[in-house]
Amino acid sequence: MTLNTATQHDNLLNSLLPQLGQLIPAQFIITEVEQLHAYECDAFTTMRQLPLLTVLPETIEQVQHVMRCCNHLNIPVVARGAGTGLTAGSMPVENGVLLGMSKFNQIHDIDLNNRTALIDPGVRNQSVSDAVAPHNLYFAPDPSSQLACSVGGNVAENAGGVHCLKYGLTVHNILELELVTIEGELITLGSAALDAAGYDLTAIMTGSEGLLGIIVKIRVKLLPIPASTRVMLAAFATIEDAGHAIAAVIGAGIIPAGLEMIDQTGIRAIEELMHAGYPVDAAAVIICELDGSAAEVEDELNNVISIFTGLNATDIQIANSAEESKRIWAARKAAFPALARLAPDNYIMDGTIPRRALAQVWKQINQLADQYQLQVVNVFHAGDGNMHPSILFDSSDDDQHQRAFELGTRILELCIEVGGTISGEHGIGLEKINQMCLQFSPIELQQFHALKQAFDAKQLLNPGKQIPTLARCAEFNAMHVHHGEMPFPHLERF
Amino acid sequence: MQAVAEQVFPGALTQDQARDQAQSLANQVEQAFVNQQPLVICGGGSKRFYGRPLEGETLSLSDYQGIVSYEPSELVITARAGTPLQVIETVLAEQGQMLGFEPPHYADNATLGGTIACGLSGPRRPYSGAARDFVLGVTMINGKGEILRFGGQVMKNVAGYDVSRLMSGAQGTLGVLLEISLKVIPMPAHEETRVLSCSQQQMQTLLCDLGRQPLPISATLFHNDQLYIRLSGATAGVHSAAQIIGGERLSTDQFWLQAKEQQHPFFHPAQPCWRLSLPPAAAAVPDALARHQLIEWGGAQRWLYSEADPCQIIQWAEANGGHATAVDRSEPGHTLFHPLSNALLPLTQRIKQSFDPAGILNPGRLYTEL
Ligand SMILES: Cc1cc2nc3c(=O)[nH]c(=O)nc-3n(C[C@H](O)[C@H](O)[C@H](O)COP(=O)(O)OP(=O)(O)OC[C@H]3O[C@@H](n4cnc5c(N)ncnc54)[C@H](O)[C@@H]3O)c2cc1C
Repeated sequence: MTLNTATQHDNLLNSLLPQLGQLIPAQFIITEVEQLHAYECDAFTTMRQLPLLTVLPETIEQVQHVMRCCNHLNIPVVARGAGTGLTAGSMPVENGVLLGMSKFNQIHDIDLNNRTALIDPGVRNQSVSDAVAPHNLYFAPDPSSQLACSVGGNVAENAGGVHCLKYGLTVHNILELELVTIEGELITLGSAALDAAGYDLTAIMTGSEGLLGIIVKIRVKLLPIPASTRVMLAAFATIEDAGHAIAAVIGAGIIPAGLEMIDQTGIRAIEELMHAGYPVDAAAVIICELDGSAAEVEDELNNVISIFTGLNATDIQIANSAEESKRIWAARKAAFPALARLAPDNYIMDGTIPRRALAQVWKQINQLADQYQLQVVNVFHAGDGNMHPSILFDSSDDDQHQRAFELGTRILELCIEVGGTISGEHGIGLEKINQMCLQFSPIELQQFHALKQAFDAKQLLNPGKQIPTLARCAEFNAMHVHHGEMPFPHLERF
Repeated sequence: MQAVAEQVFPGALTQDQARDQAQSLANQVEQAFVNQQPLVICGGGSKRFYGRPLEGETLSLSDYQGIVSYEPSELVITARAGTPLQVIETVLAEQGQMLGFEPPHYADNATLGGTIACGLSGPRRPYSGAARDFVLGVTMINGKGEILRFGGQVMKNVAGYDVSRLMSGAQGTLGVLLEISLKVIPMPAHEETRVLSCSQQQMQTLLCDLGRQPLPISATLFHNDQLYIRLSGATAGVHSAAQIIGGERLSTDQFWLQAKEQQHPFFHPAQPCWRLSLPPAAAAVPDALARHQLIEWGGAQRWLYSEADPCQIIQWAEANGGHATAVDRSEPGHTLFHPLSNALLPLTQRIKQSFDPAGILNPGRLYTEL
């Protein structure tokens, strides 16, 4: 911090603290640098920034008060759920307030007749399903981070998980949101009914990454737990066969509850850590979960087996008990720690592509990996084309670090080229803000900014995240010329 | 299954024709923006009754037709807004697929654009989702005449704000839809409808109970003390569920089509009808407000005829966690939409302004203020 910004920092603190203090107990406001370090980043740990202060309100009135104070003093506000985001979305901004929502952790009402629950945004994803399990109900969105992440964060990121092919993303599983605006106003969006009057503002809030307002209450939809669930694992000798197998299952009219794919390095890393019996010689394995009535699931299971066999599956394991299913899934969900053992750092990408391009993109990623002399591992949601190539590298080596990020950008470009997108579930945050310039034209970005303006005229909510400024894009596009060629010559530039 | 792209049918444009036409539509909007001239966006006209009075020059999308891409194994169809809904449903059915929200047509000339703009969903809505839930991406013209693309053709996409879903139900007040990508679902292998005699109270209790069980229910309708429950899915699953539910088996297959298209005898096309959208287990509408009712969506959508003061109906719906719309199919311009709250209205106006700064797209169709 230079002297100038240090003074600015102190001045801001001196004007903000007394105002906040009018309604917020001192112990809810953190200003000690040592304690602030706990909030300097989310799970994308390569980017860090200390906030001016962290405030941990416990009532909606207190959130409203924080917003009014910050709005009055033009101080930016960044909301934080559990901080498991992977795109620096809840990383603080310099001289801004970090609004931690962790004290909002109550489940207020479980409405069995309407199959909904009214919850605080800080409630952990898994806690919702745990709380309603005795009633044979569950909350469908299941990001791998569900033990830790908050439902507020799920809404802000429109999080998904292995079950979203069949049961949708967060946006499909929430009915109503209470929102505090930057002016401190409390607004209800959606309703306890299946639709509400006016524009569908719950849709626009979902995935808005804390840029449009603070979510302070959520009414989630609950689903009955399926009567029967079967899990199987199939091994393939080539990536092409595995890719075709995915398309064939969907093409046959079967929508599995989960359809995941793991490449050879991934299989080996997972097997070494979890000893789940994964076939380590396979080029790829597919995990397929089917659910429904017992009769229906048996039917589909037989269909899937014959599809996989017809497409040269080398090994098919069918879990015959809940424990065996659990073992297969537990191993898949441990992919992240398993990969962490392979290299000091792991840069997880998150792009979605049309399923038909799976094999092709996978091959091209491997070629790119060779070109950049880095290892890339693929463990991902194949059913909905959501790829998570993990780039292994060592951040203490500047050159590797640089190559890892360039490779990441090339992979995202590849996703756009085949008609996909640069984020399927992790969001944009700060991590992928430059790549937004590749996916969207300047007029589209301007439309995003205009929409943001409707919610937050002074640009105080999570500024600098998710939607790049046109100036930023101009700079990025200028830097981003490969071999003298523009990456997308047919797209409009300025 | 074979990949199907660029479906050809009478009226479908080639890519070049489509590009020219999209540009010419955008030019018309830009001209209207410059002249501050209101436009009435027009698809097939099948839902012109659904909205408030409109005045302005017609911007017709009805020639902007064509299925741009459809690959059954991707579960995604992309089509131009003027494409007749019928064409889309036929093409999907040939591949054993369907639109999961079972949109009402109301007439043969319904277009895809009008369907998504109105955001109406049919009997399957509570069980597989609303129109907006199936929207993956759109190409649209905003109120300045700019052609913009949001979302895409993939299942999961969280890059930027979810503008495409916002367009569903906005009734053209935020943009002219040019092209829409929708998620589609496999058609169920088997369907069966069970009919039970019961009171409204019994229906509520039964549906609450069934709703907590994993049964393949895909529609319900309650009228004149008869409860109709449709089951869809694999044959074995439907049979076992039918046994749990009991009742009689319904023999006609026209029933749900009639319900969806409001051709059920309950509906009088010449009389204004109220639609109440409520939490499914909300209280029964009091007799003082309506004696005659038809209840769908597991209790969440209730149609009624009423002589009561509209304010009373609106207040009752709101007090019970929902909202009310009065629809008059006999005459365009008579729909009464539930008023927006004092907190919501200014925000909604600012959103409208961000897409349509001159207020030229279907002004007043939803609310006088939009
Ligand atoms: C090991 C691991 C596995 C993961 N797997 C998945 C996965 O399978 N699928 C998936 O989708 N994601 C996954 N994630 C990413 C992450 O868990 C999700 O994005 C999650 O939704 C973030 O929730 P959070 O509470 O941690 O939010 P944070 O990280 O705290 O915040 C995320 C964003 O939400 C905003 N925000 C948080 N709370 C609010 C609020 N109340 N109001 C307004 N804005 C708010 C923040 O400003 C920020 O922009 C994974 C992460 C990890 C570490």
